[in-house]
Amino acid sequence: MEKGTNITVFIRRFDPEKDPAPRQQQYTLHVERGMTVLDGLHMIKQTQDPSVGFRFSCRMGVCGSCGMMINGVPGLSCNTQILDVATTALTLAPLPNFNLIRDLVPDLVPMFGVIKGLQPYIQRNDVEEMENPTMEYFQTPHQLEEYLQFSYCIKCGSCMAACPTMATDKEYLGPAPLTQAYRYNTDSRDDAGDARRDLVAASHGIFNCHYAGECSNVCPKGVDPARAIQLMKKDLVLRYFGLGKHKCAHLCKKPDRSTYKPKIEAAPFTIGQ
Amino acid sequence: MDNKQYDNHLGIIGWLGGGRWGVERYLYILHRVTGLGILLFFLIHIFASSMRMYGPETWAAAMAILKNPIFKLGEFFVFVAFAFHALNGIRLILIELGLAVGKAEEPIYPYKSSLNNQRPLMVIVMVVVAILIIAGGYNTFFGSH
Ligand code: SF4
Ligand code: FES
Repeated sequence: MEKGTNITVFIRRFDPEKDPAPRQQQYTLHVERGMTVLDGLHMIKQTQDPSVGFRFSCRMGVCGSCGMMINGVPGLSCNTQILDVATTALTLAPLPNFNLIRDLVPDLVPMFGVIKGLQPYIQRNDVEEMENPTMEYFQTPHQLEEYLQFSYCIKCGSCMAACPTMATDKEYLGPAPLTQAYRYNTDSRDDAGDARRDLVAASHGIFNCHYAGECSNVCPKGVDPARAIQLMKKDLVLRYFGLGKHKCAHLCKKPDRSTYKPKIEAAPFTIGQ
Repeated sequence: MDNKQYDNHLGIIGWLGGGRWGVERYLYILHRVTGLGILLFFLIHIFASSMRMYGPETWAAAMAILKNPIFKLGEFFVFVAFAFHALNGIRLILIELGLAVGKAEEPIYPYKSSLNNQRPLMVIVMVVVAILIIAGGYNTFFGSH
């Protein structure tokens, strides 16, 4: 076992120039403990077939470039170890429910477009204060917790690939964008919930979700899009009926430090700059 | 860059297809299938009832066809679909009103999700569905009529 073992790797290949449809190609790979799927792909590219196409960047589960179907389940290839998911055979395929650019590379750009369309940034009614802030916004730890989980999304698209609604409805906004809309809706500093409301609740929108829950099962960051979506449905219902308290964070004066004496004196050149 | 891309949307297989999925995913499939089944029953029901329009003879002939044991089985399936769809629907309404999915929490590996929050509800609902199906089956096949 220490010396590693040989497994068969099946990779879905697609070259837009030559192939009318994706095909399967088979490789034999020597796998050792600790080797990730991404390591395996590098190994195949270096020693067997330089034409295998895959995408990666950070190789540590942060950038969200390397999502793919690993033995039929969407996940990040860089934080999945081969021997955790396979003993004799490993099947790799590009994330479905996206267009396919090449081999294991799906086109995530439409998803980014949808996320952008849902205004994933803080907007306030006091525009002047937002553009030229004079003070900080007050936010309690509890208010932070309400959206923190959903802010861990790395836009890898795994949830979109797992979603059965996404499979049949190309116009469906999808779990990742909806989660981002909720993340900002529920941020106590934000005022644009009503603007996002009509975008999110339109047809092909949030109410096409029927809680298959698969997005939350596959999310590599524990973001739980299914929860965000259900909580946002509740929020939307309340908003449409004009119920529920709509709160927006107050401005908070910076603490007065004129009488404050630090225990360790700051270096002189940092003062007053 | 050339844009010759391959459309990799899964289509019908994406929601109907099996795979290594969680329980709730299968309930999602069943909910749709039973919904379509009930709709189909509804159409057949209207069609069969409309036989009345063509006079008592046609009606009697239609009723004679429906005496076939196959339709008894069909009736049972309609009941199964109805029991599942109704109760699972109640579960979905509760969930979609944000009542059974818990609150946002710090993701700590191994991740838990809202699926864990709603699972007791899911189990209770499925037990009730099973009891109803058994009772309904008993009534359909061994009941006195
Ligand atoms: S919610 Fe999770 S699975 Fe979906 S894009 Fe974000 S990190 Fe990936
Ligand atoms: S390479 Fe960045 S998440 Fe896998």
